[in-house]
Amino acid sequence: MRAAAVHTWFMVGRQARNLMREPIWIALLLVQPMIWLLLYGQLFKRVTHLPGGGFGTTSYIEFLAPAIVIMNAFFGATWSGMAMVSDLDRDVIPRFLATPVSRVSLVVSQIVRSALTALIQGIVILLVALALGVRVHAGVLGWVVVLLAAMLMNSAFAGISQGLALLTRKEATMIAIANFIGLPLFFLSSTLISFRQMPHWMRELGRFNPVNWGVVAAREVVLPGADWASVGLHLALLAGLTVVTAAFATWTFRVYQRQL
Amino acid sequence: MSRNVHRTPTASEVPPNPPTRLGGVDAIVAEGLEKRYRDVRALDGVSFRVRAGEVFGLLGPNGAGKSTTVKVLTTLTTPDGGRAEVAGHDVVRDPNAVRRSIGYVPQSSGVDRDATGRENLMLQGRVQGMSGRRLRARVQHLLDLLGIAEAADRVVRGYSGGMKRRLDVGLGLVHGPQVLFLDEPTTGLDPEARAAMWDELAVLAREELLTILLTTHYLEEADVLTDRLAIVSRGHIVVEGTAEELKGRLQGEAVVVELADGAIEDAAAVVRALEEVREVTSDGRLLRSRVADGARAVPTILGALDARGIAVESVTMHRPSLDDVYLHYTGRDFRAEDEAGGGGEDE
Repeated sequence: MRAAAVHTWFMVGRQARNLMREPIWIALLLVQPMIWLLLYGQLFKRVTHLPGGGFGTTSYIEFLAPAIVIMNAFFGATWSGMAMVSDLDRDVIPRFLATPVSRVSLVVSQIVRSALTALIQGIVILLVALALGVRVHAGVLGWVVVLLAAMLMNSAFAGISQGLALLTRKEATMIAIANFIGLPLFFLSSTLISFRQMPHWMRELGRFNPVNWGVVAAREVVLPGADWASVGLHLALLAGLTVVTAAFATWTFRVYQRQL
Repeated sequence: MSRNVHRTPTASEVPPNPPTRLGGVDAIVAEGLEKRYRDVRALDGVSFRVRAGEVFGLLGPNGAGKSTTVKVLTTLTTPDGGRAEVAGHDVVRDPNAVRRSIGYVPQSSGVDRDATGRENLMLQGRVQGMSGRRLRARVQHLLDLLGIAEAADRVVRGYSGGMKRRLDVGLGLVHGPQVLFLDEPTTGLDPEARAAMWDELAVLAREELLTILLTTHYLEEADVLTDRLAIVSRGHIVVEGTAEELKGRLQGEAVVVELADGAIEDAAAVVRALEEVREVTSDGRLLRSRVADGARAVPTILGALDARGIAVESVTMHRPSLDDVYLHYTGRDFRAEDEAGGGGEDE
């Protein structure tokens, strides 16, 4: 268990160091979420005044900011398996398998790296939102909840992405699957618009959408009058999903090993 | 097609071990290893022993089962039958003990191309349980030994093929293993880099008191590098011994006659009828045979062919090579088999 934790730390360090050598990647990592925030923020500015409401605030940017943190964590996660595909392609994984390295750490480190990226992006988005006049009404605890929701959101889907990477081992397939699940789950959530503005069937479907669990939890603590029971429930749902998908990812790793 | 399957020597037939860190133990013991991939039998009862301190080669064409054997011995995969011990540890029952005792240099480079050479080595050392000053010193020593110290802090992406391959070897050596597995160590290198690699491997084997198992489909490589070798074909060990022993068993010389036209079957019949000629095989327009004394046999062969009006394009004569050894024991041509074995990707 201790070896697994230490080895995960080594492997996260490896990935982080490699990413730090990519200035364009870092720039996009920081700039892109801001573009979403500013673009959507302007585009949908007036929707908070729609009859039927349900936004809980008149400031659309305040409604949007926590959801952008989650959306960004979600989309980041759907791509996280690409690093695994490239490690498999280049036989980095088999090389490690001939050492006593913890097997679990090879998969878990990818998920942790992905979640840490979501964390950093989340902080940046919240800071930009702050500059745009957004207030996190639940204070410091609110920040913690938003960032925790983002990391859980990311981990849950990173687990699926890692599993698919290990099963398919093909970048093209990974891209197709990421697109196939990414956009529908995004639009079936209340990221951009309040649930009350959606058709009934979408609302019902959306309740089972993990992306929405993250959006609800994060938004509750940003807008005034947080419903802590709802926050707790949705965070717990995300945590449960993360456990399940991490188990899926480690199972696929065993499948991969059996094929060697 | 008859196959001449030789029994692996038992412990009593094998001479005593040279002194090494492993004492008198066999560094590698493989007994009746079997491995199936769906309906392909990759290993069909592979048995051999490697003495501590030896450089042992598994020679065979692509798809013969060499890489699969290495995967079993390095614990990457488990055998479906048989057993194996490396450095005294059972590969199935105690894989982590095996992993601590071995270095593995995979066929296709397993380096992290986005990291520097030094970072690759440091991480490899850490997962092998090394740390601190000891690890840093060891990494620097290896960088110097392998001649990549100057490039140590550059990202591997910019390395040449030979440099990258040397780093691969370094990754296998960081923790000072007892047994090193080299899977096709020089595939993809140009001849110059290959020769340099051979020199380095010979030095390493001595300096690091290593037992080395290498696989290769280059006959010259097996000839130059190994103390002993086993020829692998279709999931079996066909024969094993030193390169000299194996070549010595094929007494006499090989004579290859190239015909001007295609009357190959006639020609083969003519030559087979000659008393001084053994083991006649035909392949396209090439007629191979084995003779005790080439200088005397060649005129006889040419005379007999001429008498039947069969035109000869060229004739060559040479001491037995591992090529001939392979042909002798499997009845198949090594190069043809190598190409038929597929793109060399995997087994």
